[in-house]
Amino acid sequence: MKFEVDGLAAYAYTGSRPFAPGQPAAVFVHGGGLDHSVWIHQSRYFAHHGFNVAALDLPGHGRSAGAPPDTITGMAHWVMRAADALGIGRLSVAGHSMGSLVALEVAGLYPDRIEAAALVGCAVPMAVTSALLDAAKAGSHAAFDMITLWGHRMDAQLGGNPAPGMWMTGGAVRLLERSGPGVLHNDLNACNEYRHGLDTAAKVACPAHLVLGREDVMAPPRAARDLVTALRVVRVIELADCGHMLMAEQPDAVRDALAAAFPRPG
Amino acid sequence: MSGPGYIKFDTLSLHAGQKPDPATGARATPIYQTTSYVFRDSDHAAALFNAERPGHVYSRITNPTTAVLEERVAALEGGVGAIATASGQAAMHLAIATIVGAGEHIVASSALYGGSHNLLSYTLPRFGIETTFVDPRDPAAFRAAIRPETRLVFSETLGNPGLDVLDVPAVAEVAHAAGLPLLVDSTFTTPYLMRPFDHGADLVFHSATKFLGGHGVAIGGVLVDGGTFDWDASGRFPTLSAPYAGFHDLVFTEEYGPAAFIMRARKEGARDFGACMSPTTAFHILQGVETLSLRMERHVANTRKVVEFLDGHDAVASVVYPELPDHPDHELAKKLLPRGCGAVFSFELEGGRDAGRTFIESLRVFSHLANVGDAKSLVIHPASTTHHRMDAEALARAGISEGTVRLSIGLEDIDDLLGDLGRALHLSQRAVKRRADTARHTGAKRDAGVAQKEAGPRRAAS
Repeated sequence: MKFEVDGLAAYAYTGSRPFAPGQPAAVFVHGGGLDHSVWIHQSRYFAHHGFNVAALDLPGHGRSAGAPPDTITGMAHWVMRAADALGIGRLSVAGHSMGSLVALEVAGLYPDRIEAAALVGCAVPMAVTSALLDAAKAGSHAAFDMITLWGHRMDAQLGGNPAPGMWMTGGAVRLLERSGPGVLHNDLNACNEYRHGLDTAAKVACPAHLVLGREDVMAPPRAARDLVTALRVVRVIELADCGHMLMAEQPDAVRDALAAAFPRPG
Repeated sequence: MSGPGYIKFDTLSLHAGQKPDPATGARATPIYQTTSYVFRDSDHAAALFNAERPGHVYSRITNPTTAVLEERVAALEGGVGAIATASGQAAMHLAIATIVGAGEHIVASSALYGGSHNLLSYTLPRFGIETTFVDPRDPAAFRAAIRPETRLVFSETLGNPGLDVLDVPAVAEVAHAAGLPLLVDSTFTTPYLMRPFDHGADLVFHSATKFLGGHGVAIGGVLVDGGTFDWDASGRFPTLSAPYAGFHDLVFTEEYGPAAFIMRARKEGARDFGACMSPTTAFHILQGVETLSLRMERHVANTRKVVEFLDGHDAVASVVYPELPDHPDHELAKKLLPRGCGAVFSFELEGGRDAGRTFIESLRVFSHLANVGDAKSLVIHPASTTHHRMDAEALARAGISEGTVRLSIGLEDIDDLLGDLGRALHLSQRAVKRRADTARHTGAKRDAGVAQKEAGPRRAAS
């Protein structure tokens, strides 16, 4: 769905369905350098199971225009302005990687509007290695390679994609290659500079669900321990045989975790 | 996707797409010889049908064994996904039917496999799709032939049978400048010799019957999406960028991003045209893919020796192989095909069609049949077989003459191959000489007879 935020073109994938009055809303936020399509195995399901779905493209990503916000907080405010523009009041939010920080921030900043928050592949703080930051800053393809290689566990790179006939590694690289100049560095830097995540966590009123990959080397489960402590109501789901690209590596398990997290329609 | 850190080609050839079978622990890819798959419950069924979750519904669309082959070839090519089809022809048709419709147009190389030429030249016009054929060595000719209604640029990486090396970067640039994707038939090169996506191609298909399978036991094709082409930006492909009523107004570019093409090809083409690969065929072809590197190395090594042998043989008028210095694409081949120019090539025998017939019929190790890319060495006469529907002009454009013989070099001991070829060449020339002698003798006798007849009456008259 094309719409406008701050006078600029914005896009939200809705499962090719119009919003239905009275349905709960589920908002999905992608990770750094990516777009709404990373949620395809989950967002379409919710759109056809009683939710008004908005899988957003953040500004400067996918089909949304404008410069990408340079802070996680800025992204969180944009997400809520997008929700406003879409006529969404209360919502459940799911975020992956950088998007999980945005979801955390949304939940902390707008506690009266958030039903539930699912933080997928989340770590607080989310430190980014200088090698990756430097490669992204230089616009080097090596940055895409690092994210692809570190993001998927070895087995996922070898294959056996749950989506028949698709090669996960190729799909990840091609999607990153579509990111605009400087976007990935902006996003990685925003993650690296996000320092107040634990303070935000203390303000989160809704149930928080952490969905973590047991073999995630970019946001390993141990890096979420302080976050778990800081959150008031929290459920942690660790997925076996899963790296950082959880929605692609374990699409059914992630969808099931989200289904358990988001309040059901009616 | 082939740089430091990525899993290497030979490992992908053996492993990509497959984990030890979760049900049995089988290390080899099991043949899931089933048409369909039991749903866990009604919601599971509905979600699978509506593409809300990945999985298998019906083996015309996807199958666990076939999916291994698809993912493996996609990995070897560096694409985002693939579809295995009933044949290479079905893969080509699927590629075209996914993005080209009635009233639209294709620009294609004139040096194509005869079956591809048939589809473009004779069959697709019945469905309103026209093709303009151009010299594959001339990127400007591709550019000049593009019309407003053109939707696809198509060629083979190595032309059949003249081995015209496609300047993939140059032709891709022409296509992209016009907002069009480049589709290449990479059957002769396989991802071992060339990865067309690395050079700018957007879609690749293979006749997997050939080198991928490699053993002449199964017919199949594979269509691979590089995930590189921006269908939205082009604005010419509503099958991918506009709501599709056949799937609840799904917009493929929005839903699947870089994988829009291959998902449409599966959700529409596999569903509606139905030219699927059987799981047993996929298993057979997987066995070939596992040894692709080893076989291609040997194919190329043997081919180089055969080319050298033929090139220096008195009975051979010419040999067409891009690694020979006099081939027009010699320099381009060094750049795009450093590992070799494949194992299929043609040569011109002294003595024309008669010599060719004797040569082919005298071979004992080589098999006379209509295929290439087998582990066994093969031979055929294109003008009377694979390209027999082409008229003389089209044959000439494709670089084929009446005396052209095409070889597909296999994995046999090179001494036996050279011995077989040498013997057949000798017999072909001896046959030509005998026929010439016979003709000369017959002509002399006839001349003498005529002289006698002419002399007779004169003598009688005298």
